Amino acid sequence: MIEAKRPKLELLDRPFVDRIVDEGMTLLERQGVMIENPEALDLLGEAGADVDRGAQRARMGRPLVERCLASTPASVTLYDRSGEKAFVVGGDQVHFDPGSAAVTMLDHETQEERQAVTRDLVDFTKLVETLEHLHFQSTGLISSDVPPGASDAYRLYVGLRLSTKPFVTGTFRVEGFKPMRDLLAAVRGGEGELRRKPLAIFDACPSPPLKWSHLTAQSLIDAARAGIPSELISMGMTGATSPVTIAGTLVQHVAENLCGLVICQIASPGAPVIFGGSPSSFDMRKGTTPMGAVETMMIDAAYAQIAKALNLPTHAYMGLSDAKVNDPQAGLETALGAVLGALAGVNVISGPGMLDFESAQSLEKLVIDDGICAMVYRLLAGIAQRDQPIALGLFEGFTPDMQFLSHPHTRKFYKTEHIPAGLADRDPYDAWVAAGRTSIVDKAHADVARRIGAYVEPPMDASLRMEIESIMTAYARSQGADHLPPLGI
Amino acid sequence: MKDDLYRSMKEAIIAGDRVRAAALAQDAIGSGVDLLEVIEKGYVPGIQRVGELWEEGEYFLPELISSAEAMKAAMSVLDPELARRETKARTAGKAVIGTVEGDIHDIGKNLVASMLQAGGFEVHDLGADVALDRFIDRAEAVGADLICLSALLTTTMINQKRLIGLLRDKGLRDKYKVLVGGAPASAKWAEDIGADGYAENAVAAVKLAKALAGRG
Repeated sequence: MIEAKRPKLELLDRPFVDRIVDEGMTLLERQGVMIENPEALDLLGEAGADVDRGAQRARMGRPLVERCLASTPASVTLYDRSGEKAFVVGGDQVHFDPGSAAVTMLDHETQEERQAVTRDLVDFTKLVETLEHLHFQSTGLISSDVPPGASDAYRLYVGLRLSTKPFVTGTFRVEGFKPMRDLLAAVRGGEGELRRKPLAIFDACPSPPLKWSHLTAQSLIDAARAGIPSELISMGMTGATSPVTIAGTLVQHVAENLCGLVICQIASPGAPVIFGGSPSSFDMRKGTTPMGAVETMMIDAAYAQIAKALNLPTHAYMGLSDAKVNDPQAGLETALGAVLGALAGVNVISGPGMLDFESAQSLEKLVIDDGICAMVYRLLAGIAQRDQPIALGLFEGFTPDMQFLSHPHTRKFYKTEHIPAGLADRDPYDAWVAAGRTSIVDKAHADVARRIGAYVEPPMDASLRMEIESIMTAYARSQGADHLPPLGI
Repeated sequence: MKDDLYRSMKEAIIAGDRVRAAALAQDAIGSGVDLLEVIEKGYVPGIQRVGELWEEGEYFLPELISSAEAMKAAMSVLDPELARRETKARTAGKAVIGTVEGDIHDIGKNLVASMLQAGGFEVHDLGADVALDRFIDRAEAVGADLICLSALLTTTMINQKRLIGLLRDKGLRDKYKVLVGGAPASAKWAEDIGADGYAENAVAAVKLAKALAGRG
């Protein structure tokens, strides 16, 4: 039997990969990176980097970078809340999670974006819990009804209460790390267990060009020491904050992310790191950062290939759209990105549900995108040989009136070879008209309500619930909120 | 002869050629022509044409910014000489500009600042993440006509509204025209918060600023 070939996209030839990595490392050596974090600069100095404290700049030679690359694990394994289900982030595994940290919600009734509140975050988390092709949750919405100072941990708190899936999250403030780690450790049953079985990834974004801020560098250090995987999110905008050429932006991407990787490794050798990003093809007319541009996706696929050559796990913001509502643009950009990202073997693909340049989330889009992810997984499973011979046996005793529909072979394989239509319309025209000409968005809206209605809260010990509630309440209080909004589960 | 010089200046601005724009300014100083006329007939028609090319969809941000920088290069040669001759280029007005507090995005704001400057405004750029009081303090200090507020986040655009409230509280609201811009802003938003105007891009911002400042 011939195994299915894993379909794969590679945009660069190996010598091109090597040249980009070489220039990235040369940038680290010559220009170095500005790091606005004294502890990171101290660590880099001790590790042998050339540190200019006045300019907050560190230049790192190849031996240091290569040593750090060697100590970075090639894959990270996340575990769900129960600690039983494992998700390997490495190799060519693909896991989708909703595009994270949206500030607004597309309201289906009004078709307008509005600020999200706890109610939305609860619905969002419940819905994602029911979507089987989204392996991870993301702390995908920022609640406007808690103080901004506490909103980073609050997203995680609500998520941990309502979901069993691993999380992609991150801090908004240096002070946010401790309560977030405490929440995760409480749920996991201790810091040691959290280190052994990571439950969340923390995103950290350098500021292009060639800078790590105090907050993000601190997040790298803190996460590395806690054994929490850091996702490095370099985000050059071609021609605005990075070179206009795709290859030029890749050079900067490599330099920024490798600098982040070095900070993680010198803070704690062997710390889990994911080579990710959110670069974009800058729009020279509007001054915006389109995630749905094909060039953005090309940058993503190419840096993923480069990261694989460096033996690192990968992440990208793909499978999302710049459209403002669930229109054809939303579907085409999302599907194109999800397919290309998966073919490129990006391990963590953050995007589903997201609209409007990473700023809005839509529940209806989440459901539609879950269907896109289902198609992507089917594509990745490839074409396998199921029988030997492939088909000759079926044609033995062939007659012109042979029926495949009722053939045992059909019944045996139709569900493995083909996936259900999901929300896609496959009615004949008249049936579609008779059914009220329903659009996929209408069907998605109904499906959202059905799923949220059918959601069952995963059980959590009362003592654990109280513990995480008290961690969250204490943090919120430190940020000026006397009490938390009711979850109304 | 003078016409050739003016045409070259216009072309240098349209081409976004900083070096040439500055060199031509130096030539003009050497030849003793009226520098105000040089600005009006040489450089300004260049930047006007750039605005048209933008509106026609011919020019994109890289051309726009290069031309604004060429304009700036020429003016930085001419300004000291104008000061020495105790003349002053006619300004379209004075503008204080910045990205509001809590928001570190400055690409859009920089574009508008450059284009305002190229359009003849005296621009006081306060940078990004600017405390609201600073806008007012600077506007008072320099005698500004316009306060231009950029916000790229829906969470920070509220500071555009707060600034207008602050101006009212201080009894200064009628002293300044307040312009708002940035991805989440809109004409409706400007109207809702009682701003004087909204522009959707840097070229439109200059037009609006000129109309509101009433000097140009």
